[in-house]
Amino acid sequence: MMMFSVGDRVRIKDSHPPGHRRTPYYVRGKTGVVERYCGDFKNPEELAYGFDGTPKRELYRVRITQTELWPDYEGSDSDTLDLEIYDHWLEKIGE
Amino acid sequence: MTTDERGAHGHDHDHDHDHPGTTPDVNETGYYELMAEAMKELLIEKGVVSADDVRRNLEFLDSRDPAEGAKIIARAWTDPAFKKRLLEDGTKAVGEMGFPMGDAELIVVENTKDVHNMIVCTLCSCYPRTILGLPPDWYKSKSYRARAVVEPRSVLKEFGTELPGDKTVRVHDSNADMRYLVLPEQPAGTEGWSEEQLAAIVTRDAMVGVTLPQA
Repeated sequence: MMMFSVGDRVRIKDSHPPGHRRTPYYVRGKTGVVERYCGDFKNPEELAYGFDGTPKRELYRVRITQTELWPDYEGSDSDTLDLEIYDHWLEKIGE
Repeated sequence: MTTDERGAHGHDHDHDHDHPGTTPDVNETGYYELMAEAMKELLIEKGVVSADDVRRNLEFLDSRDPAEGAKIIARAWTDPAFKKRLLEDGTKAVGEMGFPMGDAELIVVENTKDVHNMIVCTLCSCYPRTILGLPPDWYKSKSYRARAVVEPRSVLKEFGTELPGDKTVRVHDSNADMRYLVLPEQPAGTEGWSEEQLAAIVTRDAMVGVTLPQA
């Protein structure tokens, strides 16, 4: 059951829990668009501590404009940063 | 002037300067090397892996090099149906050629006249090792990892790659389960070349997206 569709506008949660996380700090709280669904993968936040990584998480690629990430970005407004975010770090915006 | 002041080094201090003509000893075992070694010994002792498993994996990784990736790119340039499959499902398409992706999956991103792609792993040094071999030192450096996502165009310039201002630069942070390979644009003047000839001009750095292949 896919929670997000390609083209959905999403916000990456601005959350700072301790422990092993795969959501880099520089994208937390930023908004972007779902570029593709990558599949379901074992949760690295669980695997890191010896658990079996289930339930699996849906992994999405999120495209964020560089100007959203860095207000003083030097380069084209169309430049982007794409990265992989697990479903529990995403929230849908702009319904 | 005493002998010491002339630089014969009878003095006793912690060295923060080089001694001309000497080779510093860099064989110190660091904290992480020791931790890794201890972990390996424990895994072997507990029978999780054998020493030979570790050796065979190292042997396999050392046997990979960018020539494998170059063959993939050359095939994509000469076989439109393969290129389509490669962009749709990279893992499956390189599997067809006999290249395994291991535990990870492959996404191939295509450079076009309007878009340039470059790859980085900000969290560690994820890299498509089974098709490109081990990553270069610069790819693992904190400097590249931090700057590629903030000022990609400056980083590209330092690699000698100047892109038009209106070309879109897409940086891909390889932060989870995917690995990335850049499919560069085939350089002008190479039309009609054989797959072997084309593979010879596809460099590692072009497949990471920090440079462009030259005919």
